[in-house]
Parts: sequence; structure tokens; C-alpha cells
Amino acid sequence: MNIGVGLPTSTPESNGELLFDWARRADAGPFSSLGVVDRIAYQNYEPFTALAGAAAVTRRVRLATMVVIAPLRNTALLAKQAASLDSLSGGRLTLGLAVGARGEDYEAAQVQSRGRGRRFGEQLETLRDIWEEGKIGPTPKAPGPQLLVGGSSGEALARMARYADGYMHGGGPPRAFAGAAAKALAAWSDLGRPGRPVLWGMGYFALGNGAADAGAAYLRQYYAFTGPFAEKIAAGNLTSPGGIADFIRGYEDAGCDELVLFPTVSGIDQLDRLAEVIR
Amino acid sequence: MRYAVIGGGPAGLYFALLAKKANPQDDVLVVERNPPGATFGWGVVFSEETLGALRDADYETYTEIGESFARWNAIDIHYRDTTVRSRGHVFTGISRQVLLNILQRRCFALGVRIQFERELRDLKELEGADLIIGADGINGLVRRTFGEFFKPQVAVHPTKYVWFGSDLQLDAFTFIFRRNGHGLFQVHAYPFDARTCTFIVECPEEAWRRAGLESASEAESIAYCEELFRPELQGRRLMSNRSLWGNFLTLRQESWHHGNVVLLGDAAHTAHFSIGSGTKLAMEDSIALVDALRRHRDLAAALNDYEMERQPVVERFQEAALESAGYFEHVSRYAAFDPRQFAFNLLTRSRRITYVNLTQRDPDLVRTVDSWFAAAAIGSADGAVRLSPPPMFAPLRLGGLTIPNRVAVAAGPNLETAARTGAGLLLTEFFSVTEDGRVTPETPVIDRARQDALRSAVERIHQAGSRVALQLGHAGRRGSMGPRSQGVDRPLRQGGWRLMAASPIAYTPHAALPKEMTTRDITHLVKVFAAAAQAAAGSWVDALELNFAHGYLLAGFISPLTNRRTDGYGGSLENRMRFPLEVLDAVRATWERPLLVRISASDWANGGVDLDESVSIAALLKAHGCDLVHVVMGQTVWESRPDYGRLFGVPASDRIRNEAGIPTLATGNITTADDVNTILAAGRADLCVLELPSAR
Repeated sequence: MNIGVGLPTSTPESNGELLFDWARRADAGPFSSLGVVDRIAYQNYEPFTALAGAAAVTRRVRLATMVVIAPLRNTALLAKQAASLDSLSGGRLTLGLAVGARGEDYEAAQVQSRGRGRRFGEQLETLRDIWEEGKIGPTPKAPGPQLLVGGSSGEALARMARYADGYMHGGGPPRAFAGAAAKALAAWSDLGRPGRPVLWGMGYFALGNGAADAGAAYLRQYYAFTGPFAEKIAAGNLTSPGGIADFIRGYEDAGCDELVLFPTVSGIDQLDRLAEVIR
Repeated sequence: MRYAVIGGGPAGLYFALLAKKANPQDDVLVVERNPPGATFGWGVVFSEETLGALRDADYETYTEIGESFARWNAIDIHYRDTTVRSRGHVFTGISRQVLLNILQRRCFALGVRIQFERELRDLKELEGADLIIGADGINGLVRRTFGEFFKPQVAVHPTKYVWFGSDLQLDAFTFIFRRNGHGLFQVHAYPFDARTCTFIVECPEEAWRRAGLESASEAESIAYCEELFRPELQGRRLMSNRSLWGNFLTLRQESWHHGNVVLLGDAAHTAHFSIGSGTKLAMEDSIALVDALRRHRDLAAALNDYEMERQPVVERFQEAALESAGYFEHVSRYAAFDPRQFAFNLLTRSRRITYVNLTQRDPDLVRTVDSWFAAAAIGSADGAVRLSPPPMFAPLRLGGLTIPNRVAVAAGPNLETAARTGAGLLLTEFFSVTEDGRVTPETPVIDRARQDALRSAVERIHQAGSRVALQLGHAGRRGSMGPRSQGVDRPLRQGGWRLMAASPIAYTPHAALPKEMTTRDITHLVKVFAAAAQAAAGSWVDALELNFAHGYLLAGFISPLTNRRTDGYGGSLENRMRFPLEVLDAVRATWERPLLVRISASDWANGGVDLDESVSIAALLKAHGCDLVHVVMGQTVWESRPDYGRLFGVPASDRIRNEAGIPTLATGNITTADDVNTILAAGRADLCVLELPSAR
């Protein structure tokens, strides 16, 4: 299993200098990918912009959107952004897409939330065609950026199995990942896709003195829209080296191909502390 | 800390005594609306693991409880004048009254204050409490006050049930099934002391009405049930204790706490009585809550931790309870089962116990089932096969064909790769009957050249011991798609072909619009299918499988979502089935070997085919000479709501097999030999598609 790290694009008091320093060090360190999240109505950096910056200062790591909320974006523009980032980075893009869960992002983007699943399906049906056709360039190397789909519903899994290269899980304990992965494999087989889907997982961490409380506060606020569930997400924040090691082992046992751990507090020391744990 | 516990049932009392024990200086108050001696219900059941938890939490009450227990290890199943006994299940039961007395005494000894006969009208009466514990049941004050914050979902079970007690002396958990003129009634009974047992009667609502129980008094209900179960009661009587007929409610809630209020037991969640877990879960909740309060100084963190620990456990039991309840709702479906299979099916109903688990608990019963299964498989009525393979390795006779084992695999283009799995039946990839019936440019068309190539592969597979079913179909509106290695249902942009279907509706937003088939098209295609079957006969395949599923041409006729025709081929189920049955008839007329039909048992979409209709569809297929139905799900329409959970196609296979009375092949996330053996022995399918990555 590969282990990647999230870029601190949505944690409080992040800035460009930190992001690029973080990306550079991650590229030099034991990480295989850099992940970013996507929100509209939130104080975070736009995912393609942040990854383009990261692409400029890295050579090796994959650049992953985890996930971009596709229905908020025009499909042609989304295809072009993804193709551009993939091309600029030498084919390092892993494009994770999903419908997202927050109504406020749809309101802010003035996009109807109703019917978003169907529109997302149409986007998925179109994306690869755009990449293959060559009218909207740059034309990525075949078969195009690695395309992953997230979401836990049956609809989401069917879309994943139809159009994507694999599944991007939204976080939770290893058992939750294992359950979702089993369903992803079942959907893949049911739709008659040859081979198996690539499986990506994610987790949150905060290491060092005082980081646990600040990280929990960030997660509570970031997931406030889920109501009481935000507390559980905050409680799942990995705050000790042992906890991270267990989490990694659990994901590996569940068949995860790439696990990306996201910081919940800004600060370059977080990257160093994590690197120490996984080395 | 000041705790106020609402409800003096097992959960409330156990929390109170554990909390007081943990911190004697804390003030713990229990408010109970009934007097000390009043109790409702009869006995409660615990498993061994619960006992372990009770021992660790409070040894004093554990010892007392242990002395009052009834223990037993058998389950008796009374069905069709026979009794099957299964051993190796450890149960313990105790009178609810005795349990409450033990807990009350311990509470008093530790200094817990209990206020009996105090009915709270408003939670404000408990002002000053640091934490309010709602242990007041599904309809309690706490849920009535803060219900919206917990985001409850309540499911009403359709069957009627009533709790009685009896002085019948049992030494087993006892299930009784009895059919009379009013319907099928069942009993769940278990001992809780040397003289008394809990005796729950359950039946479908229609049977309950026909029996006049809707308007019956308590005494009349007792008289009716005593008469109905006279042989098993052996002259003993039923006793009532506010025993009223009701419908079980399953309560699920997203959250079990709000501010300084937290829920325990039935106030937080319920699970159908047929797995006997209510009191067990409630007391385990109490233990977890006290532990969480001990671990955290912050109240919110403690309540959150409690919920995180307990919710996954409770969800697992609720899932099992739903499966179990569903079994009892539909048990009349299995009325023709052999008692051995009936027992196996009952014992594995909740999916928590599988073939392997049951083998560990009761190897004798499983050996008996294996032996019966193997004997039935070779047509020997007396069950004389003593050293028998597990059901997965019993042969299946289908017409004149013997399939050497019960595993089928979906083969890719290379049949011989699939044969190396050792599966008894290989299902070929989709063969189209015509060029324009192909799914993708890679889809093979059955023709003479293909037939010769197939014959040599099939010959080698026969030597290796497997059998082959050739899948025949026409893609309909789901054709002209790109190769599946690049994704599924991606319309070809170049080099595509014209599509036809029941109605002109495209399969995906960007797929080509199919032409609506004319009657001439239909008549022509019926002949094409028959000709394809003749061509297949020359390839030496052992069986033919017609694909009427997954949104391809014939499925498109069956589903009202994709068939909008107003002629004789659209509208009623009979009309929608007309073309598929014409194909089946034409093929049946020329094909003498076993004939399988694959159907989507549900469209997983509103207004589409559902499980009820799929039973009627299977019955029609059977009447027209189909030998076995391959049950798959969905893909009828591009946008649907699939469920890819464990064994997702098995419930549909179970219904079709046992309601339409036709052998089935089950598909859907079946990944282990244990699953296969469980499904077969329980009579939920006759063959299983096992997911073997090496098959393709």
C-alpha cells in the first residue's frame, strides 16, 4: 500500500509558502502522493490551482483531488483543467470526483443540488470522450488521467464501476473502508468490468503537543454540516504514532492501494512528524 | 456528578449501580413510574459473551444472576409433526422480575436513590442533574421531548405478536410452526427458570384477523393459542401479563445524546425479539456508558465515545434482527421443505450463523443436512449417503445433465482459464445472435466459425470435468458500446451500429436512440434466436442460457420502465413477457438440453420490475420450459439505486426458488465457500456464482 499525505489547503492559517514547502518536502520524503480537498463556500485553496503549484515544485509524487465536486463545474472546463494539470505534471494526476455533500457549496456556486447525481453521471460519461477526442486539449496520454469516483451510495458505486479506474473512500475507521471496498469490488464485478478497481482511502491526523485539540476543533467545524456526526469524525482524528500505525495496518489489510493522511492543523512540523511515523 | 436516570428497567438500574459503584460520592437517582413489584414481560435471554461482560462489570450481581439462571444449549424446531433438535448453542435465561429484584437490592446497598411510582411529566423536574439518562423505552419521555435531535427512524414490522408466559417446562429454545385454517402461526419459547417459560406467538396480520384475534379479549386470545398449540403445551397453560397483540417496532437513531441527555437500551434502539437481544444490548449500553464517563472528564467527549463504541455493535444486531424478522414474515414460503433443510434455514436466517459456525456448534446436525442434501442431489430418497461432501460439492442434476458441483463462474473470453477454477458450470460471455445485437465490437456472434472454435474448447473443458452454458442474447438499446476495459456503457463514437429496442429510449444520456421494433422485427428475431440455438447445439455446450436481464433487448421488453409499447407487446406483464416467451418457446422447441434464463429480479428503480413481479416472471418462464432461473439484479436502466451489500442477490433467488418453485442460480457478491454452503443447505439457491478473480 502506498501512503500519501494531504496538502494543508483547508486548515486554518495556511498559505502559499507553507503549501509549496510542504509539497517539496513530501516529494523528497516517504510519500507517494499529495491530496487536496474541494469546497466552495469555505476558506480553502481551489484544488487544481493548489495542485498546479505543487506540480511546479515536485517531480515524483502523484497529485490527487480527494475529491473535486464535479457537478459544481462545467464539464468541458473540468476536463480541460484536469488534462492541463495532468500534462503539466507529466501524467501525475489522480482525478477523484464525487457529488459532495454540502448544500452550501451548491448554493454558493448557484448550481441546483437536486439531480446532481444524474448530472455527475453525464459528466463521467463525457470526460473520457473529451480527453480522447482531442478537440479540447491538451490531449493527455492515453487513457487519460487516473479517474476515481467517491461516494457511498449504490448509485455512486455503479457510476464508479461504469466509468472510473477505481474508488476513492471518504474516510473513517478501517472497518468502514473494508465494507465500502467490498461493495466497490461487487459493483465492479456486477457490471462486468475486467480486472479490479484501484482503491484509495483517507484519514486525518494531528501530531505533537496541543495539535490534537486544534485538529479536533478544525474537524468539528469542517464537518459541522453533518450535525452530531462531526463529533465522531473529530474523535477519529489520529493523534498518536501508534494510532497511525494501527490505522495504516487496518487499511492495508482491507486491500487499500493508496492511503492519504490529511493534516488537521497547519504547520510544517506535521509533515515531519508523520514522515517519522511511516518511515 | 448528579445523575438522574429515567426508567427502572434493567438498563436504568444497571447504569445506576455501576455509576454509583464507580464514584460513591456521586448522586444517582432513578425515577420509575411503577411500584417496586410491578413488572411486565416474562424472561430475558443472555448469551455467554454478555455474561462475561456482566461478570467484569459487577461481580456481586453477576453471582446472584448466575444462581437464578436457567441454562440450556439446544434449539428445538417443531415443524410438520417432527422435531429437529440442534445442540451446541449456549443460552441462559432469567426471569425479568428476579433480575430487577437483584439489581434493585444492589442499587439500595450502594446508596442509589430509587423513586418508585413517580411519573415525570417534564424533564425540567430533573433540573440540577448533570446528566439525564433516558432508559425509559421506545415511547419514553426523553424521546418525546428531544426526539427530533436524535433523528429517529421507526420501522413497523407487519406481523402480529404477543408475549405470554407458560408453566410449560422446556429444556430448549423452542420454535413451533403450526398451520390451521386461519394461517401459519409460530411460537418462540424459551425457559427462564425451572418452572416457567416465555411463550411468544407470532402470525401474519391476515391470519390474526381471520382468527378473530383483532377483537379478542386477553382470555380469548389465550384460549385460542392454548387450543392451537395443545400438542406442544401438553396440558400446560398460557399466562398473560398485559399480553396484548402488537406490531414490533424497530427503532434506529442517528444520535443517542443531546446536550446533557443520553439514551440507553430500548430508548436508543430496538431489535426484533426473534434474536432475543433487547435486554442484553441494554445492559451492555449501561456498561459502556459508565466506562466512557470514567475515561473522559469532558461530558460531551464521554457521550460521544459511548455512542461510537455502541452504535456499530447495535447496528450489527439490528441487521441480524431484521433478517431474522424477515424470515419469520415469509416462513410459509418454506412450508414444503424437508425438516432438516427447514431447520438449517431457520438456524442460519440472520446471516450471523453460517454453515461453518453451525458446524462448530452442532457438527451432527450439519452432517445430517449434508447427508440429506447429497442423497437428494443424486435422487436417493432415503438419505443413505453417510460420508457426504458439503453441499457445494454435491452434484446438480438438471434434466439429463449432471453438473459436478454447485459453483458457477462467469467466464471471460477464455473459457479454459475459467475451467481451471474447478467450477462445475462455466457461464460463457455474452454471445450475440446477430451482428447488430452485439454489446461492444468485441462481443462474439454465434455463427458457424465460432461454433467450431467453441467445440474444441468445450471438449477440453469436458475432459477437465466442468460443464458449459452458452449465454445467448441481443444487446438491444445497450449495444454499440466501447470495449469494457475502458469502462462500461460508453457509447462508440465511431464505427457504431444501429440499435433497436422495445421503445425508443436511449440507454445513457449520450447513447444512440434505438429504433422501436416492429412486429416483423419481433417475428424475425424469434427465428434468429431459434437458429442461434441450433448453431449452439453444434458446439457441444451442455446448456443454453438466454439473457433476459441487465437492460438488454429482451429485458427491455419485460420492464415497464423501458417498454412503452401500446401494442400486444407492451402494457400488462403478460404482454411485456410475450416476446421473451416467444423466444423461449422457439428455442425450447429446438434445444433439448437444459435451458437457463437470466433475469433481473429487480430494476432497483421506482416503477420498474420488483421482487414480487419477478416471482410471476419466473413462474411464466417455468411454465414455458425454462429449467433454471439465473437471478441477477438491476442494470435495466442507467440510473438506478443498486445495493451491492454482501450476498445482494440471494434474497431474490430465495423468493423465486421457493415461491415460483423453480431451481435458481444465485449471483451477487458471493465470495466464500462458507457462503455457498450456507445458501445451498438453506435452500436459497441450487447453484451459486462464486466470485473468483481467477475466472476471467
